[in-house]
Amino acid sequence: MKTQSASRAPFTWSSKRALRKLTATALVTLLGLTVLTIFLAPLAYMTFTSLKTQKQIADSTILPVSPATYTYQGRNYPILNVPTEKGMQQLALVKAGREASDFVDPENPEAGLIHWVGRWRVLEPVYVWDPTFDNFPASWKQINLGRLFRNTLIIAILGTIGTLLSSIVVAYGFSRFRIPGIEIMFIILIATIILPRQVTLIPTYIFFRAIGWGGTWWPLIIPHFFANAYNVFLLRQYFRAIPRDLDEAAMIDGATPLQTLLYVIIPQSVPAITAVGLFHFFFAWNDFFEPLIYLQGREDLYTISIGMTQFANIFNTQPGLATAAAMMTIALPVLMFFLAQRAFMQGIVITGVEK
Amino acid sequence: MTTTNHIFPAGRTFMQRKSLSKLARREIHWGLAFLSPWIFGFLVFTLIPMVVSLIFSFTNYNPIHPGQTKFIGLTNWLRLFTDPFMTQAWKVTLRFALISVPLSILFPLGLAVLVNSEYLFAKNIFRTLFYLPTMIPIVVSVIIWGGIMNSETGWLNRAIEFLLPVQGPRWYQDEFWVIPALTIMGFWGVGNAMVVMLAGLQGVPTELYDAAKVDGATGWQRFFHITLPMISPVIFYQLMLSLIGSFQYFTQAYIIGNGRGDPNGATLFYNLYLYRVAFNFLDMGYGATLAWAMFIIVLILTIVLFKTQNRWVYYAGGE
Repeated sequence: MKTQSASRAPFTWSSKRALRKLTATALVTLLGLTVLTIFLAPLAYMTFTSLKTQKQIADSTILPVSPATYTYQGRNYPILNVPTEKGMQQLALVKAGREASDFVDPENPEAGLIHWVGRWRVLEPVYVWDPTFDNFPASWKQINLGRLFRNTLIIAILGTIGTLLSSIVVAYGFSRFRIPGIEIMFIILIATIILPRQVTLIPTYIFFRAIGWGGTWWPLIIPHFFANAYNVFLLRQYFRAIPRDLDEAAMIDGATPLQTLLYVIIPQSVPAITAVGLFHFFFAWNDFFEPLIYLQGREDLYTISIGMTQFANIFNTQPGLATAAAMMTIALPVLMFFLAQRAFMQGIVITGVEK
Repeated sequence: MTTTNHIFPAGRTFMQRKSLSKLARREIHWGLAFLSPWIFGFLVFTLIPMVVSLIFSFTNYNPIHPGQTKFIGLTNWLRLFTDPFMTQAWKVTLRFALISVPLSILFPLGLAVLVNSEYLFAKNIFRTLFYLPTMIPIVVSVIIWGGIMNSETGWLNRAIEFLLPVQGPRWYQDEFWVIPALTIMGFWGVGNAMVVMLAGLQGVPTELYDAAKVDGATGWQRFFHITLPMISPVIFYQLMLSLIGSFQYFTQAYIIGNGRGDPNGATLFYNLYLYRVAFNFLDMGYGATLAWAMFIIVLILTIVLFKTQNRWVYYAGGE
C-alpha cells in the first residue's frame, strides 16, 4: 500500500499494520461485492420481472414501479418532477398546455393550481413501488406447476432412495472386503466416470421401450438402484477413513457385516451420505435429457425441467409469468442448499480433489 | 495413491494360500453380495449397451421398421467424414470449447482466489452466494439469461450501450453471438469448479509461502511459482471435465436453438446433432455411430491430456 509513508508519526508499528490490513480488507471486500453484484444481477432481474404487470414490462423500468397519480377533484392526474423556484417538486399535472401548464401540489391541494411555464413533456414522471403478485398463481396454473412439482418430487425422492441404498452398500463392499480382482473392479468403476452416457443411450432406450417402460417414470428411477461411480467413490473415501478397529470390535461381538454397516459405518458417515443424497436430488430436479426422451408425449408425467421449456419459448411475450415460475421452481433447491451447504461442499471437495 | 497398501494389508499372502480359509470365503461372499448391485448394473446398463451400441453402428436400425435392419458395414462410420451437418457440429463444438474451456478454468480460479483471500470479509457468505446459481436448473437459467440478453430491453445490452458507443448484439438470435452468449451463461455454473479449486488453494502448505516471503518474493511471484504449480492437479481435473463437457453440451443448446440448432445451425452442438439423428430422424444406427465416435474422441482427449500432464502438472510427494 502506498499510504504507509503518509501515516508516519502518530502510529506505532502495529497500528500501522492494522491500518494496512483494514485498507486491504475494505478494498478486497469491495471488489468481492462488485463481482458478486454483477454475478447475481440476473437473480434481481428475475425477482423484479416476476413482480411486474405486462404494462410495467412494456415500460421497461428496472424495478416493478408505476407512474404515480393523484386524485384531484374526482379525477386522476399524473405526478411529475417539476423544477420550481423551491427546487424539484412532485406535482400533479392538472391542465397540460404546450408552453405552460397548471399543477397542483398533492401535499397541499388547498393552495390551488400552480401555474408553471415550460414544456411539461420534458418532465420525468414520478414512479412509485407497485409490485403485483398475480404472476405467481397465473403461471402456476398455466403450466400446471403443481403437477410438475409432484412428478419431479416423486422421481427425485425414489431415485435418491435408490442411489443411497445402492451406493452405500457398494461403497462398503469396495472399502472393507478382500475379494480377488476387487482392485480391477474399482478401476473399471472409476473409468465409467469418463464414459459418455450417450454410448449406452440408444440400446438402453430401445430396451426400456421393449419392456414397456417407454412413457413411464421407471427409466428415470430404476437405474439409480444400481449405484453410480461418483457416489460410490465419494462414500468409499469416507468409509475408508473410519478406523477399522470399530468394525472389528463389532465383528468380535458377533455382528454380521450388514449389521456392522448399519450400526457402525452409516452412523459415522452422515455428512457424506447427506452429500450423496443431495447430489442425486439436485441431479433429478435438473435433469433434462432423460425426461425429454422417455416422457415424450406424456404431458401428465412431465418434470419441471421439461414443463418449463414452454416458458422458454413464450418468454419474449410473457416474461412476468416465466420469471414467476422460475422463482417458484428454484425455491426448493435453493432452500435445501442453504440448509445443507456444508455437507454438500465437502462432498464436492472429496470427489474433486482426492482422485 | 499411497493409501492403497494398508487397505489390503494381507492381500497378497492371503491370495497365495492354496485353499481359502472358511473366514476368507465368508468375506468374499459378503463382499460380492455388497458389490452385486454395481456388478449387475454395470453389466445391464453399461457393458451390454456399450457393446450393442457398437453393433448398431454397423447397421441401419430404425425403430419404426426394425424388421428391415441390415448390416451395412462401415457406411455409418464413413458418413461421419462426409456428413455436412457433422462438419457443422464439429465447428460449433470446437468454437464453444475454444472460448469457454479457458474461461471455465480462469473464472472459477479467480473466484476461488477471491473467496480464499485473508482480506475478504464474511468469506463464507461470498462462497455460498457464488455457488448459489449452480443450483439453478439449466432451463431456468436459460430463461433468466434470455431476459438479461434480450437485445432491446435486456440489462446486458443496456449496460453495454451505457458504457460503449455501440449497439448491443442480438445475443440468442445472432449466429455469431449465440456462442459467447452461452459462454456467459456458463459462468453461472462454476460453483463446483470454484469449490474444488478453493480446496486446492487451502491445501497448499503455508510453510511454502512463509519461506518465499522470507526470500522476498512478491505476491504475484508467490502466486505463479507456488500456488499455480501446487494446484495444477486440480486445474488438470477441471480442464478434463470441461473438455468432456463440451462434447456433452446439450440442454442450453436444445432450448435456445429450438431443438434444431437455431439460428442457422449455430447451436448445432455435437450432442444435439446426435439427439436429432437418433430421436428425431430415428436413424439409430447412425446415432450409435455418433455416440461411439464421441466416446473415442473423449478417450483420445483424455489420453492426450494425461500424456501432457507430466510437463505441467505437479504432484506433491512424487509418483
